[in-house]
Amino acid sequence: MKKKIGVYICHCGGNISDYVDVEKVRQAVENEGGVFLSKTTMFACADSNQKDMVSDIKEKQLDGVVVASCSPKLHLLTFRGVAERAGLNKYNYVHANIREQVSWAHSDNKTGATEKAIHIVKAAIAKVRNAESLEPVKVQSTKAVAVVGAGVAGMRAAIELAEAGAEVFLIEREFFVGGRVSQWDDLCITDETGKELITRLYDRVMQHKHVTLFTGAEIVENKGSVGNFEIKVKVTPRHFKLQCSGGELQKAIDVCPVEVPDEFNFNITKRKAIYHNYPSEYPQLPAIDMKTCTRCGKCEAVCNAVDFSQKTEYLNIKVGSILLATGFDPYEPPKGEFGYGEIDNVITLPQFKRVIHYNDKRLIWQGKEVKNIAYIYCVGSRQLNGDNKYCSRYCCTSTIHTAITAKNKYKGIHNFHFNRGIRTYGKAEVRYDESSRLGDVYLQSFEYDPPVVEARDGQTFVKIKDVLTANKELEVAADLVVLVTGMVPRKDNSIAGLLKVPKGRDKFFNEIHMKLRPVETVIDGVTIAGASQGPKNIMESMNSALSAATKSFSLIDSGELALEPTVAVVNKEACEWCGKCDEACPYSAFEKVEKDGKMIAKVIPSVCKGCGMCLPVCPSNALELIGLSDHDVESMIDVLIEKDTV
Amino acid sequence: MAGGKVNNSPKILVFSTEKISDPAIDMAGLLKLHYPPTVYTIPVPCSSAIKPRWIMHALEQGFDGVFIAADGTDCPYGESCTTKTGEIVRETMEQLKEKGMDPARLKMAAICSVCSEPFVKHVKSFAEYLGKEKEVNAVE
Ligand SMILES: Cc1cc2nc3c(=O)[nH]c(=O)nc-3n(C[C@H](O)[C@H](O)[C@H](O)COP(=O)(O)OP(=O)(O)OC[C@H]3O[C@@H](n4cnc5c(N)ncnc54)[C@H](O)[C@@H]3O)c2cc1C
Ligand code: SF4
Ligand code: SF4
Repeated sequence: MKKKIGVYICHCGGNISDYVDVEKVRQAVENEGGVFLSKTTMFACADSNQKDMVSDIKEKQLDGVVVASCSPKLHLLTFRGVAERAGLNKYNYVHANIREQVSWAHSDNKTGATEKAIHIVKAAIAKVRNAESLEPVKVQSTKAVAVVGAGVAGMRAAIELAEAGAEVFLIEREFFVGGRVSQWDDLCITDETGKELITRLYDRVMQHKHVTLFTGAEIVENKGSVGNFEIKVKVTPRHFKLQCSGGELQKAIDVCPVEVPDEFNFNITKRKAIYHNYPSEYPQLPAIDMKTCTRCGKCEAVCNAVDFSQKTEYLNIKVGSILLATGFDPYEPPKGEFGYGEIDNVITLPQFKRVIHYNDKRLIWQGKEVKNIAYIYCVGSRQLNGDNKYCSRYCCTSTIHTAITAKNKYKGIHNFHFNRGIRTYGKAEVRYDESSRLGDVYLQSFEYDPPVVEARDGQTFVKIKDVLTANKELEVAADLVVLVTGMVPRKDNSIAGLLKVPKGRDKFFNEIHMKLRPVETVIDGVTIAGASQGPKNIMESMNSALSAATKSFSLIDSGELALEPTVAVVNKEACEWCGKCDEACPYSAFEKVEKDGKMIAKVIPSVCKGCGMCLPVCPSNALELIGLSDHDVESMIDVLIEKDTV
Repeated sequence: MAGGKVNNSPKILVFSTEKISDPAIDMAGLLKLHYPPTVYTIPVPCSSAIKPRWIMHALEQGFDGVFIAADGTDCPYGESCTTKTGEIVRETMEQLKEKGMDPARLKMAAICSVCSEPFVKHVKSFAEYLGKEKEVNAVE
C-alpha cells in the first residue's frame, strides 16, 4: 500500500478548468488515503511542470503518481517517462482522463463535470495505491528481418533495412520480383515507367550484400515471437540452370504443348508452361510453372538448360521481425457485372493498360478499331450492397492518366468517364484538369443509380441519368467499356493466418491504430506495408514501407527487447488444469506444466499480448491481468459509486 | 451555473477497450457530443477480457447499469472477440436473472474507433431506460 502519492490536476490552459473546478477536485482528493501531495498545474505536459514533478518525486520520495489531464493516448508515455527520470518505476504511474471524457464531453454541465472528475481522480488514486513496480519482459533478438513480398513496398523496405545494418531475407512467392508495378507502363504522377522503377529498386536490392532474395518462395511455418521468429521457407525451383542461351529457350517455349492464360496480362493473352520473364520483371531467367507442366519432356529435348532434377527446398531462418508487403489483387467483377464476361468489349482497367501496351499506332480490340471509350468508375469499390465499402484511392487518378495516355497515343479517341464524383486527390488533380481541357466528357451518378451497359444491334451502349445535367438520361455508343476495378486483398492471404495477423473490416491487414501506430499489428514484431494494408498508390506504399522498415529495425537493433509486462498470470493454487484458457488464447501463450504434483497452466510472457481473453473463461478464477486485477477493477468501481461531494 | 445537480441521473459504468472504443469515447468529447456525466468508463484491453464478476460487482454496489462498448469485428486481437464478448454477456445476464435482477441493466454494443455518435446515442437511450426503471422502482 502506497503512502506517498503525488496527484497533479491539469488546467490544460482552460480546456479543463473552464468546465471543471480543478481546485475543488484537488480539495476533494487531498485527504484520500495515501495522498501526500496534490497540486493543480496550468499545463501538466509542459517542460517546467515535468521538471517540478521530477524534483517532487525525488525530494519527497513519492511512491506513486497520478496526473489528471488529457487522454492517456496522448500523454501516458510522457508521464511514465517523468516517473522513470525521477527514479520511480514507471508502473507506479496512473493516468486519469478528465479532458476528453470529462471537461469536453460535459461542457454543458459544470457541476456534473466537476463531480465526475473527482470520482475519476479518486479511482486513479485507488488504482495507484495497489500498483507494483514491474520490470519489462526482456528477450534477446536476432538482428535480421524477413520481408515478405518483393513488390515496390517490399523492395523499398528491404533496401532501407539493409542500409541500416540488418540482415534481410526478401521472400517473393512468384518467380519474379516487381509485383503489380511491373505490369504498368506509364505511371502517374511521375513520368517514370513501371519497368524503370522496378529496375532501379531491383538493382539496389541485388547490390546490397545484406539482402538475400528468394523467388518462388513462401513462408510455410512460423514459431516463436518478436525478437526470435523461426520461419520455414519453402523454395520452389524454376527448373532451369543458371546458364541458358536465348535461342534454345525460344525453341523450348515453341515446343511446349501447354498453354495457359497469362496472368501478367490479366488473361487477355496466353503463355506456355515454360516461359520467360517480361522485361520489367527480375531476375531475367526463365521458369517452368509446375502447376501446369505435364512433364512431357519436349522442352528438355531441345534445351539443355532445362533441369527437372532440381528439388523443392525448405530453409529454416531465424529473424527478429517480419515485415509483410504482400500487396493486393485487382477486383475481378463477377460475370454479368456491367456486362463483364458477357459482352466482349467490356474489360477491366488493368486489362486496358495491357491492351495499350500491345497496340502501337492504332487501338484495336477484338479486331475492331476503338474510338469511343466509356470508363465506369468504382467497380468493386464504394459498394452499396457488397463487401467493399471503401474507396480504392488509386483508380480515379489511374483512369484519367490512362485515358490521357490513350488520347495522346492514338488518333481520334473520345473518352467518356461515368463516375461517382472524381477523387483525384493531391497533385493528381492536375491530371483531371488536363483531361477536361483535352475534351474528355464526365458524366456522374450516385451509387444507388449506376450506369447501365447494354448490347443492342451489334453495338454496346452505356446509359446514365447524369446528375450534372439535371438527371438527363444520356447514352454513349462505346467501342470499348473499361471497368475501373478497385483493389481487393490478395486471394491467397493465408500468410495472415499463419502469423495470426488480424484483418480489418475491409479484409486487408489491420494496423493497431490508423494514425498513432500505422504500420504495427497486434502481433509484436510483425509490421505491414504497402497495399497489403489497404488501397495505396506507389508513393503511399513507399512511405509505409519506410515507416515499417524503421519500426521493424527499432525492434531488433539493440539485440535485446523490452516487452510490456502487463501480461496474464496464473494463480498456482487455484488452477486445476482444464485447458479452457489455452483454448481461449488466440496466441497459444499457455503451457501445461507440472507444479507441486499437479498440472497447471503457465503463461509464456513473451508470447502473451495481454488481451485478457483468457480471464473470463477460467472456472476457478485463477487468471488475472497484471494492472487489471480483480482488486484493481473492484476498488475502482467502489470509488466511482461513492456519493457526490460537490 | 448550467446544468445544476446531476445526482438523480442513473449511474452507468462503461467498459471501454483501449484501442477501439475508448478512442471513440474520447472523440465524442472532442466533438462536444454531450451525454450524462454520470457515465464512467474503465478501459480494458479487449471486451472479451471483462469478467462477469466485475459487472456483478458494479451492479450490486450501486451502478444502475453497465454498458460494454465492445470491439466487435474491429478487435485487434482477432475474430473470436465478438462471440467471446457475447458469451460474457449471456453468462452475466443469467447470473442477474438468478439473483432476481433486471438483465436489461447490462447492455452491449460494438463501438468502432470512430463510432462516437453511436456511443452517445447508446448511452443516452440506456440512461433513459434506466431512469424510467428507477422511477418505477421508487414508486413501488
Ligand atoms: C490498373 C492499376 C494502375 C495503377 N497505376 C498506378 C500509377 O500510375 N501510379 C501509382 O502510384 N500507383 C498505381 N497503381 C497502384 C500500384 O500498383 C500499387 O500502389 C503498388 O503495386 C503497391 O505495391 P505493393 O508492393 O504494396 O504490392 P504489389 O505490387 O501487389 O506487390 C506485392 C508482392 O508480394 C508478393 N506476394 C504476395 N503474397 C505473398 C506471399 N504470401 N509470400 C511471398 N510473396 C508474396 C506478390 O507476388 C508481389 O510481388 C496502379 C494500380 C492498378 C491496379
Ligand atoms: S478512387 Fe475513384 S474510382 Fe476508385 S473507388 Fe475511389 S472514387 Fe471510385
Ligand atoms: S482456465 Fe483457469 S483453471 Fe483452467 S487451466 Fe487455465 S488458469 Fe488453470
